Amino acid sequence: MPDPLLANSAALQTVVSDGTICRLLGDWNVQQLSVRGEVSARRKALVQVKSIAQWDLSGLKTLDAVGAQLLWQAWAQCIPPATVLTPSQQALFEVLAQHPIEAAPAPRATQWLGWIRAIGQGCYVAVGHGRELLLLLGGLVLNLGMLLARPSRGPWREISAQIFRAGAQALGITALVGFLIGVVLSYLSAQQLAVFGAGQFIVKLLGVATVRELGPVLAAILVAGRSGSSITAQIGVMRVTQELDAMQVMGISHGQRLILPRVIALAVAMPLLVLWTDAAALLGGMLAANLQLGLSMVWFFERLPDAIGLTNYWISVIKGVTFGAWIGLAACHFGLQIEPNTESLGRGTTASVVTSITGVILIDALYAILFNEMKL
Amino acid sequence: MTSAAKPLIDVQDLTTAFGSHVVHEQLNLKIFSKEILALVGGSGSGKTTLLRQILGLDRPRSGVVKVFDRPVHDYVGPERIALTHRWGMLFQAGALFSALPVFDNIALPLREVHHLPEDLIRDVVLMRLSWMGLTPRDAALMPSELSGGMIKRVALARALALDPELLFLDEPTAGLDPQRSDEFVELIRVLHRELGFTVVMVTHDLDTIGALATRVAVLAEKKVLVEGSLEQVMQTQHPFIEAFFHGERGARALGGQEAKGVNHGKS
Repeated sequence: MPDPLLANSAALQTVVSDGTICRLLGDWNVQQLSVRGEVSARRKALVQVKSIAQWDLSGLKTLDAVGAQLLWQAWAQCIPPATVLTPSQQALFEVLAQHPIEAAPAPRATQWLGWIRAIGQGCYVAVGHGRELLLLLGGLVLNLGMLLARPSRGPWREISAQIFRAGAQALGITALVGFLIGVVLSYLSAQQLAVFGAGQFIVKLLGVATVRELGPVLAAILVAGRSGSSITAQIGVMRVTQELDAMQVMGISHGQRLILPRVIALAVAMPLLVLWTDAAALLGGMLAANLQLGLSMVWFFERLPDAIGLTNYWISVIKGVTFGAWIGLAACHFGLQIEPNTESLGRGTTASVVTSITGVILIDALYAILFNEMKL
Repeated sequence: MTSAAKPLIDVQDLTTAFGSHVVHEQLNLKIFSKEILALVGGSGSGKTTLLRQILGLDRPRSGVVKVFDRPVHDYVGPERIALTHRWGMLFQAGALFSALPVFDNIALPLREVHHLPEDLIRDVVLMRLSWMGLTPRDAALMPSELSGGMIKRVALARALALDPELLFLDEPTAGLDPQRSDEFVELIRVLHRELGFTVVMVTHDLDTIGALATRVAVLAEKKVLVEGSLEQVMQTQHPFIEAFFHGERGARALGGQEAKGVNHGKS
């Protein structure tokens, strides 16, 4: 007669006890045990019949490693005496007996002051990255010197391929974003200027803001997201597939073949992209001003050279070169730091983009102070 | 293996092609319960591609691959998930999840079936590891810290996590030194005896074939050229079989059987 306590349990059909013999029936495999609540129900049933004298497993339909482990746990890691087993079940439990499992280690005590430690660790990591970046920059300068000394041995093909990828292929997206930002900026400032009847000043406002600040930063953010991430991922995968090691074994310097071409390419492509973004933004601003304030496009165009001035253009170009070199350097650095696993690859790519964009803003702020001091 | 027995896997008139490159043409193959079938063939003869077809990773151009009596692409949704619980695959390079430590790699399939308590999963995983000759200390390692032999063992433990009826092995001993390779072959043999699964393995290694295979199928000329026991296969007259089994390596690896094959060739 089944135990009344088990009457509602799903384990009723699988653990049947008549007081002296406990018969296990049905399927004891992972498919059956993975039904919700099944394991705890069977465990409860097994505990209740624990004092039973004899076990009979000959009626089992299936018994796999998970089911056997469940019984093994209930039996406290040994086969109870006078248990009826088929030969294959016997073999399975013998394997379990041969491979005893250590008890689970006690969970480590929570460290209450762990956050202080984390802050310190964070600083340590940041300083480490800074040091590595500095070393990379030093190596880059040396490699650049070698390139200038023997230009014929330079990785020109790689440089041109990178310029095409980071520069030419980014023309569409930078133009679109620049154009739209120009429209938005012009539209918003035109409304305010019209209040004061100072609509003509939009040329100066738009020209300086775009060329000096927005163009370089916008282009840099787009390039960091587009090319920076791809460079990091590319170098990271080369670590995973041991291509970096292969290069080292062949005596090919990472600095010369990987870092130098990418940094040079970005330093060349970025100022060009910046000017391109400036132009697109000014075009957008010109159209919006024409629609909103009724300013003639020809007039707007004629006023541009005076409004912006050559100085601002050169500032734009200098910023472009710096941002490009910085993005390339940061992307290569984080690519080389990646460990051979997918998690590290994802983390490295994120860190690369975040660091390059933050760095771009930081450099931009430094330039603002510098040019201000220089009265430019 | 009688022809009346129902095959677990039935490949019927399979044609696989990538663009204009035809890999299999009207290929037929039956795999029966509890056997260890070795798929043998030269590089590029489509052994791994055939495995991918059976697993439903690629789609055939024509023909059908039946697994457990149904075309493999007919399993969808919950049925496909149930099917994946019935097979395990050991990939050539292990295909361990590089972001997870060894323990979680093996525990993943068990966690994916849901509702198994974590302490039971822990015991099953550690038992499996111990069975594969790895220690609980190895369980905390990341895949990138493992040696080639350990990767194979962990990958095998993962493939066997759910006690599958069907085990696919892609080059199980490639990249292992002879001793590790022998140990691994022995491990598979013991597991096969204890757990009674069916094995389909792709291999180049004659030692592995000699030690494990109950049946050999030779892939050449875009189809199964010949199948049968190792002796039967070796008696077939074909340039590839001559080169593969009767070459110097073959003589070294298969010893006794080689002698029989040569005698037959002469008679």
